[in-house]
Amino acid sequence: MLAAVPISWFLTLSAVLFALGVAGFVFRRNIITVFMSIELMLNAVNLSFVTFSYHRQQVNGHLYAFFVMVVAAAEAAVGLAIILTIFKNRSTLNIDDVDSMKN
Amino acid sequence: MDVILFLVFAIIAVVCAINVVVQTHPISSAVSLVGVMGSLAVLYLLLGAEFLAAAQVIVYAGAIMVLFVFVIMLLNAGAEAKKGRSFTAQLLGLPLLVAFLGLMAFFVQRLYPQSTLVHFGGFRGGGAAEIGHALFTTFLLPFEVTSILILVAILGAIVLARREMD
Repeated sequence: MLAAVPISWFLTLSAVLFALGVAGFVFRRNIITVFMSIELMLNAVNLSFVTFSYHRQQVNGHLYAFFVMVVAAAEAAVGLAIILTIFKNRSTLNIDDVDSMKN
Repeated sequence: MDVILFLVFAIIAVVCAINVVVQTHPISSAVSLVGVMGSLAVLYLLLGAEFLAAAQVIVYAGAIMVLFVFVIMLLNAGAEAKKGRSFTAQLLGLPLLVAFLGLMAFFVQRLYPQSTLVHFGGFRGGGAAEIGHALFTTFLLPFEVTSILILVAILGAIVLARREMD
């Protein structure tokens, strides 16, 4: 039994979460779930930032993760407002139906 | 002890993340996403990021997810309609994902051999004092730019939402 966790386990967990976020982003059709997959990917990247910060024994990675968090909050506010507007104009949440820029 | 803590919360995070992707109803995905964020907060604590763990719970699991649940409630979003996906996507998607993951894990294991071990209390620079010091000295310009970004985001959200009021 290991006494402490190898750093690669954290990075692998981050990769797994990121891949799941990509899968949700690509495979799902509901616009809200797609948006949540983006948040999942941002969280995975934050985990690797914090892990590298531990690896180098510096605080910089925490700051990057902090900025990612702030940008995610701003993105969620604007994105959800856009989703509300789309739903008001088209009354659908399916991303396949939002295709007015096609053709 | 640290290994058990890591394994428990890593498994919770992965199971919840799988649940986010496979659930058809958005509200189930949202609750699972809260589970992912909560377990990631515990892992941040393990890595010595106390401030970020608190911010993760407050900002992500608190503010952002409440916004999501609020929008799901407002739009009365039901279960996703089962539509015919393309055959190649169904056939290739999962193997490609597993291949990508395996490659990623392989490179991570090769690049970061088990030299650095994470144990609780191994990094003591993640408190609010250190974060604040770095934020107002090294990262002062990004910090100020961030405030402009948030101002723009507030304006954008208001402009998008106010058409209802007119």
